[in-house]
Amino acid sequence: MATDVAPERRTRLRLIVIQALVFSLFATLLGRLYYVQVMGGEEYQARAVSQSLREVVVQPERGLIVDAMGRPLVANRTAWVVSIDRAMLAKLEASDRDVLLKRVARAVDEPLRRIRAALVDCGVAEATPGRCWSGTPFQPVPVASDVRQPTALRILEQPEDYPAVVVDRSTVRSFPSPYGVSAAHLLGYLSPVTADELDVAQEEDDRSINGASVVGRAGIEKEYDEWLRGQPGYRQVAVDSMGRVLGDGAEVVSQPGSTLVTSIDARVQGLVEKQLAQTIRTARGTLDEVTGRNYAADSGAVVVMEAQTGRIVAMASQPTYDPDVWVGGINEKQLDYLYSEKAGTPLLSRATQGQFAPGSTWKPFMTAGALTHGYRTDTKLACSSGFQVGNRTFKNYESGAYGYIDFAKALEVSCNTFFYRVGYDYWRRLGSDVADVNAKDPLVAEAKRFGFGKETGVDLPGEASGRIADRRWKRAYFEAQQDYYCKEAAKPTPAGGETFAHLFAVEFCAEGYAYRAGDAVNFAIGQGDTVVTPLQLARAYGALANGGTLYEPRIGKAVVDPNGEVLTTIEPEVQARIKVSRKILRYIDGALQGVTRQGTMAWRMTGFPLDEVTVRSKTGSAEVYGKQSTSWVASYSKDYVVVMMVSQGGTGSGTSGPAIRKIWEGLYGVRGDQIARDQALIAGVVAPDRLPSFQPDGSILPPVDRRTEEDR
Amino acid sequence: MSPRSSRIDGWLLGSVGALTLLGTVLVWSATAHTGNSADYLSRQLVNVGIGVVLLVSVAVIEHRWVRLLAPFAYLASVVGLVAVLLVGSTINGSRSWFVIAGLSVQPAEFAKLAVVVASALWIAERSAGRWRPLGWIDLAGLLVIAGVPGLLILLQPDLGTVLVLVATVFGVLAVAGVKRLWLIGLAAAGMLAAAAAVMLGVLRDYQIDRFLAFTDPGLDPRGAGYNTEQARIAIGNGGLFGQGLFDGSQTRSGFVPEQQTDFVFTVAGEELGLLGAGLIIVLLALLIWRALMIAIESDDPFGRIAAAGIACWFGFQAFQNIGMCLGIMPVTGVPLPFVSYGGSSLFACFLAVGLLLNIRLRHKTADSSLREVRSRVPAA
Repeated sequence: MATDVAPERRTRLRLIVIQALVFSLFATLLGRLYYVQVMGGEEYQARAVSQSLREVVVQPERGLIVDAMGRPLVANRTAWVVSIDRAMLAKLEASDRDVLLKRVARAVDEPLRRIRAALVDCGVAEATPGRCWSGTPFQPVPVASDVRQPTALRILEQPEDYPAVVVDRSTVRSFPSPYGVSAAHLLGYLSPVTADELDVAQEEDDRSINGASVVGRAGIEKEYDEWLRGQPGYRQVAVDSMGRVLGDGAEVVSQPGSTLVTSIDARVQGLVEKQLAQTIRTARGTLDEVTGRNYAADSGAVVVMEAQTGRIVAMASQPTYDPDVWVGGINEKQLDYLYSEKAGTPLLSRATQGQFAPGSTWKPFMTAGALTHGYRTDTKLACSSGFQVGNRTFKNYESGAYGYIDFAKALEVSCNTFFYRVGYDYWRRLGSDVADVNAKDPLVAEAKRFGFGKETGVDLPGEASGRIADRRWKRAYFEAQQDYYCKEAAKPTPAGGETFAHLFAVEFCAEGYAYRAGDAVNFAIGQGDTVVTPLQLARAYGALANGGTLYEPRIGKAVVDPNGEVLTTIEPEVQARIKVSRKILRYIDGALQGVTRQGTMAWRMTGFPLDEVTVRSKTGSAEVYGKQSTSWVASYSKDYVVVMMVSQGGTGSGTSGPAIRKIWEGLYGVRGDQIARDQALIAGVVAPDRLPSFQPDGSILPPVDRRTEEDR
Repeated sequence: MSPRSSRIDGWLLGSVGALTLLGTVLVWSATAHTGNSADYLSRQLVNVGIGVVLLVSVAVIEHRWVRLLAPFAYLASVVGLVAVLLVGSTINGSRSWFVIAGLSVQPAEFAKLAVVVASALWIAERSAGRWRPLGWIDLAGLLVIAGVPGLLILLQPDLGTVLVLVATVFGVLAVAGVKRLWLIGLAAAGMLAAAAAVMLGVLRDYQIDRFLAFTDPGLDPRGAGYNTEQARIAIGNGGLFGQGLFDGSQTRSGFVPEQQTDFVFTVAGEELGLLGAGLIIVLLALLIWRALMIAIESDDPFGRIAAAGIACWFGFQAFQNIGMCLGIMPVTGVPLPFVSYGGSSLFACFLAVGLLLNIRLRHKTADSSLREVRSRVPAA
């Protein structure tokens, strides 16, 4: 019993000791609580007031843009950003503030006024648009980005000289430029977010952008901005009254943007850019016999499209620029250059935004219209050297006289007078009332069916729609311009005798609305006020190649998240299936083969293995009033469409022919008159329909070729 | 005392209820500035609801079932601790969490209760329900029972929970009746081991600095030193009456990290002042006093050791947590029982209270039969 009771009593005793211990510990806590809150309260309250929070935004890394093989076209590199904490700046004496800003301006090598302008809130009277701050007041304002590393480190090492200055690392765009590609117009550029965009984002509770964000402004950077953007992170740091960081508060980690896989092939793009630049250089060294001057060759474009899918493989535009000028903020001089007409407006993408008369490349579509509306493949019309409409003679510029020929021959030799007759015939039969805007016109209708006069719907912003100069357009144009010209016409004949301008005004005022026979015949050969973009022409030829499907061209192929998971695949949309019979398409196809074999393009394709690689083509030299002619070649095989345009560049085959041939040689691996398919720029010739594979370590491997897989 | 009121401990349940209610409001206030305080609030309410169910279940099941299930609960928590080291997620540098179906589970919280119950069971079984001096096998068994989970938690590493576990086990040893000399020896050995760990560099310098930063914030200015400063500024900012619920300037700006979990006491300090924060300390003292009374009133070794273990666990963990907020204890991440946000901690605490009630119920019902046994012994 004793052994039973004594240990029991001992544990009871120990429990009482524990009780006393616990109560003394808790009494200590109460005492300490009293000490902190009541005795030390004032001191802590003062410290609570003196400290503040600074929100540090951790900008997300923007998604990559890669080509169809997974080669990066746009990547990122680290850059230093110098920002100023305005809350802290406001606490400095006015004189100290000036000294500090001057010091910062000198250190980062920026004019002081730009530093000051960056600190002003957008929306106040003295704000500089494009430079003012549109973010939150808690966030330090970036005043210089892409600062050189020694500068950044110097500021970081001397915090006492740079109170309120924050130096952070961020990422900016870099252009790895595989195979020398620039693709400036295609890729587009970024620039800082605007106050309006931030307002909209705030309303929609979109946290992907903030005051220091850059957003896509052109090209696929803009089109796919929301995918590429990523999600910024936020970190709060507590700072004391001097701006010294006390410690880290809440943090939200940033999410990098997704990768955009495009259908561009860097090797083809590289070749195309090189050929376009070379063609323009050559043209500028060539004498134009019409004007007696060398060709101006002010601009040009090339589009390479997959004929069966509408995906863009390469797209180039001249004049071009180095996309790197946008990185870290563009300066005014550079911006002026990009917009200057003297430099040829390098910012304008000729492939999608440039609009040019299509010239003779227009004729296959006129042929389709004519054959669908009354004409037959065995119809023969005269290809004379001139064609009289009223008191005006339209000449046969490109070809001589060939007697009576059919459509195929007319396409081969690009006979203008042949198509004049077709255009004139329809005008006379269906629309000789010049004021009737509703008169039928099978040629206009056919051009519309092939997608001209409206946007192609390509995944690029700011696309031009082109223009079909039909009766309605002519009437609308007349109504818009009538007031001006009639006022001019009402003025008395100038003292020095009649001028062209005055005469034109008088004529325009009197009957500018009239759709005359001359308008109709011009339309039939792609001249006059009708204009197209090179991309429009490419996809219309694509429809000739693929049996009549008009695609919305696509550059984006898929969006892949940073873990390599495919978020969405982008399929080319079918915009329309053109109602034109297979027989007619086959007929036109044969005629365009003839152009390459024995027509206007033949002299540029001698020795090319056309039996293995059947290239169809059509040349064009569009006359533009007051300018040198536009050189066009549109060509296609069963796989690809290649269209080239050089403005003020000369004749179609003469100027663009050699480059077109080089591009076809590259696409199919043609060496001399032999084909070496393994030499083709795209392995296996046909563009891959699979996506590159994204490895866990971040590397990107080319897509597995299904055909070679089957071979194994 | 009427039979009914004697069976249910009103003071215990009252203090638990008051602490839980205060805690829920404080969590709500602490997260108000984050923009998703409604999520925190609703999740905490769900946690409390689950906790109440656990409490009632443990309180009403038959006592022998508690003892039958205890070994399995212990094994399960050891398995949980091993698994968390293998597949757990790392938060704030420690591998302490599982995420199961969107809920984060922290096995170490349950391990504290498991060690207490397993220790009590070990002694009760060894001594066949009678009080007798402990032999070395008893002691060795206790050290193994506590040591295995302790080491596993140390590997995460979660120093705070290890400290709580050490204090709890020491209380268990004391109440189990380990000889005074052995207790002193164990304490000395523990200190020597800690000193050796520091000397031999088992702990990294930054870990030691973080541990000591409460004495000198300069040792870890961006981490624990910053936390301890901010916690004190927030509490000091509260003064006698506080700035009012949802009105604490430091709390609203989010200066104090982890404010809804480990530093929830600072919200009480800033917004409710000395009166509110003091009330929390008093309520905790009341709760622990009742737990110790249940231990004292229980006369079988299992009930007494378990109740005392729970009291030591709650007592030391509360002291550790509030002491950390007040800058007199190192910054280690242990939650404030019943008050901090978090499911695992709440569940473990509610289970423990359920066990206390169960022990008390058994003690009262077993009273008469026990007297019978006693009266028979001398006659034999």
